[in-house]
Amino acid sequence: MLLITCPYCCTARPESEFRYSGEAHIARPLEPATVSDDDWAAFLYMRTNPKGLHAERWRHIHGCGRFFNALRNTVTDQILKTYPAGTPRPGLGAPAEGGR
Amino acid sequence: MADQIARRRSVLDGWALPSRAGLASLTNAGTAARFVYRGAPELVGDAFGVSLPTVPLRAHAQSGRAALWLGPDEWLLLSAEADGSTLAVALSSALNGKPAALVDISHRQVGLIVSGSSVEALLNAGCSLDLDMTTFPVGMCTRTLLAKAEIVLWRTAGDTFRIEVARSFAPYIVALLDEAMHGIA
Ligand SMILES: [Zn+2]
Repeated sequence: MLLITCPYCCTARPESEFRYSGEAHIARPLEPATVSDDDWAAFLYMRTNPKGLHAERWRHIHGCGRFFNALRNTVTDQILKTYPAGTPRPGLGAPAEGGR
Repeated sequence: MADQIARRRSVLDGWALPSRAGLASLTNAGTAARFVYRGAPELVGDAFGVSLPTVPLRAHAQSGRAALWLGPDEWLLLSAEADGSTLAVALSSALNGKPAALVDISHRQVGLIVSGSSVEALLNAGCSLDLDMTTFPVGMCTRTLLAKAEIVLWRTAGDTFRIEVARSFAPYIVALLDEAMHGIA
């Protein structure tokens, strides 16, 4: 079982308390009505799907209930860092900010 | 005309709560007034009579009332059942016009007291947290999982925990801990 450190509870907790919630740092367009169909489809469906470091949303659903972000290596499944939702992706010598 | 009588009944009524002499026992924590509060902690501390903990995973308890940290803006408030309606009024007037949420969940869940010298081993039958006194000291509380049920776990003494669980899951938790008691030494 993975141990994931929740940035709100500030402790490592078992994976079974968490839910994965997809890629992080995808901002909803402020004015959807002005967005073209292609851009809207890209916002809804297109994801970076990297091999390696991936910034993703997790929710401590059976703990504090809060969403947060994690940097996870999709090859090794190692979680290198977790950080509060709404804060920018931290550097780790990582590839440039992915996606949007 | 026949009198209509509504009688309060706990979901735990009629259950023989398990125990193993000296090692662990399960008792009904009894009725309680319960609120989930979401908002700024300083708004309700005075009205509740117990300050709301801002350190994660901590509970403040005093004179029969307790405030348990559930999340960065979320607390479980416990009190005697008889206080429920006056407390609801006091808390809502303290919150008057402020952005906050106060929900009475008194009857949504039940409280169980688990205690004994093997209480950590018993709970670890269904809970993956490290319950050693150094990592889960007295006064620590958290929402977590006990097997398939979401619970709030609060260590009230070295060998005593309080479990708060949704009433529909209570028979499952009792049966699970009954079974687990066969495995502790
Ligand atoms: Zn958490």
